[in-house]
Amino acid sequence: MTIISVLLILSCLLLLGSSRLHVAIRVVAAQGILLGVLPLIRAVGDIHYGIWILGLSTIISKGILLPWLMTVCVRLSGIRREIEPFVGFGPSLLCGTALLGLAVWITTRLQLTPAEAPLVLLTSSFFAIFVGLFLMVARRQAITQSLAYLVLENGVYGVGVCMSLDFPFIVELGILLDVFVGVFLMGNLLFHLDREFEHLDTDKLTELSDLSAPATAVEEHA
Amino acid sequence: MKIMYWALPLAAWVLSPLMLGIINRVKAFFAGRRGPPVWQLYYDLFKLLQKASVYSKSTSMVIRVAPSVVLACMALCTLMLPWGELQAPVTFVGDIILLAYLLGLARFATVLAALDTGSSFEGMGASREVQFAALAEPSFFLGMLVLVLHFGFSGLSDMVSGISLETWHTSGVLLILVGCSWFVLLLAENSRIPVDDPNTHLELTMIHEVMVLDYSGPDFAFILYVASLKMWIFAALVVNLVVPMHSLTPWLQAPVFLLGIVFVMVLVGVVESILARLRLQQIPKVLLGSAILSLIALIVRLMG
Repeated sequence: MTIISVLLILSCLLLLGSSRLHVAIRVVAAQGILLGVLPLIRAVGDIHYGIWILGLSTIISKGILLPWLMTVCVRLSGIRREIEPFVGFGPSLLCGTALLGLAVWITTRLQLTPAEAPLVLLTSSFFAIFVGLFLMVARRQAITQSLAYLVLENGVYGVGVCMSLDFPFIVELGILLDVFVGVFLMGNLLFHLDREFEHLDTDKLTELSDLSAPATAVEEHA
Repeated sequence: MKIMYWALPLAAWVLSPLMLGIINRVKAFFAGRRGPPVWQLYYDLFKLLQKASVYSKSTSMVIRVAPSVVLACMALCTLMLPWGELQAPVTFVGDIILLAYLLGLARFATVLAALDTGSSFEGMGASREVQFAALAEPSFFLGMLVLVLHFGFSGLSDMVSGISLETWHTSGVLLILVGCSWFVLLLAENSRIPVDDPNTHLELTMIHEVMVLDYSGPDFAFILYVASLKMWIFAALVVNLVVPMHSLTPWLQAPVFLLGIVFVMVLVGVVESILARLRLQQIPKVLLGSAILSLIALIVRLMG
């Protein structure tokens, strides 16, 4: 379990530091598979069918289906292969270490005993949540933002597995379905946006297509 | 038995040039060449020692003293390296800090000598060397902190002799993380490829090599020899950390240790063959990454 948490932290840092979209998608896929294995390891000893279903459906949806969807989206919409950051990759990594500190601080503040929840895993899950939030703010393209959303969800899932395994797995599956639909819609939306505006730069989405100056666009909204 | 304590430093002094030869052979193998003989560095050292040193008129005594200072520092460092359960000739509580600062002193002497030449290229190299060294320091000390927390604060020999299969079983993650972090540190400190190219001859991109352009004769032999000793020191740290020496029978420890060092050298050769040199702006990222590995190890140690 420690190994999985360490890999989770490392994959988040890789996301912060990598400049290639394909690498980022693969890293998120690997995260999905890691998180799918997690409940099986956590429940070693009394694995019932619910846990198997949870693990396998996580692996299939987060590890295989969603990344595949993203890849298709990238291919069809001709998005640039590089990630375009607001915050550069070096500073992102620095922010990452700060976020790691924050995750550690929050975990210690929760005052759980290791018997109640594995602390390292909890830390890495919080870290994934923070990295997801950070990536959403710090990256320019819409596709990277939906990737960040997936990372955030991975973190939430990790915290869920940490806190209790008796969590009704129907609820987990429901969340999984929600995420799947969410990302599916995002992909669809991106595709249509791309058709309409010929770019997927969220920074420019505030401008309306017939009014090029941002100032007039704001007035239009008012 | 006291005699045996000196076996490791002696091995380091005699065998370290061979290790750089191994790296070059691995690189040649990957490039499809035959490559220089493994003993090449010995021939080079012998040739250089027979020559006389030439000093520029613009230099002072600093550049004359520097090679000796650097050599002395490295030789002292090798005295503090343990060999599995066999203790180092010099060991005391906190010797790792002395080790780190001896390496620092050696670097300081090199940098000072580079500035002494008055060459703008060497000044540039010195500036880079110091910048990257400052970034490399955290990963060394964070890794050390993990070891200290795990094995208690004592001499390096005592700490690493506690590493056994049992340690691997209970806290292998820590060893892997710190080991990886220190391997990156090894590449950075010895100006190996993802960070610096030891074969480059373009002054604008060089880091370490550019600082030693003005040495000649025996002085340059010292510098080359010191580079191989430094490689040995870092490789020995990594091997001591990663190989569970405690679980081996005593007579097996020495051969396994040497094999481990050869393995690290082969690994360095492979890394150099399959990776390209990074742009200068990317290097802090790598060093930061290595520090983060140690940081994660620290978190795992404190939380788990």
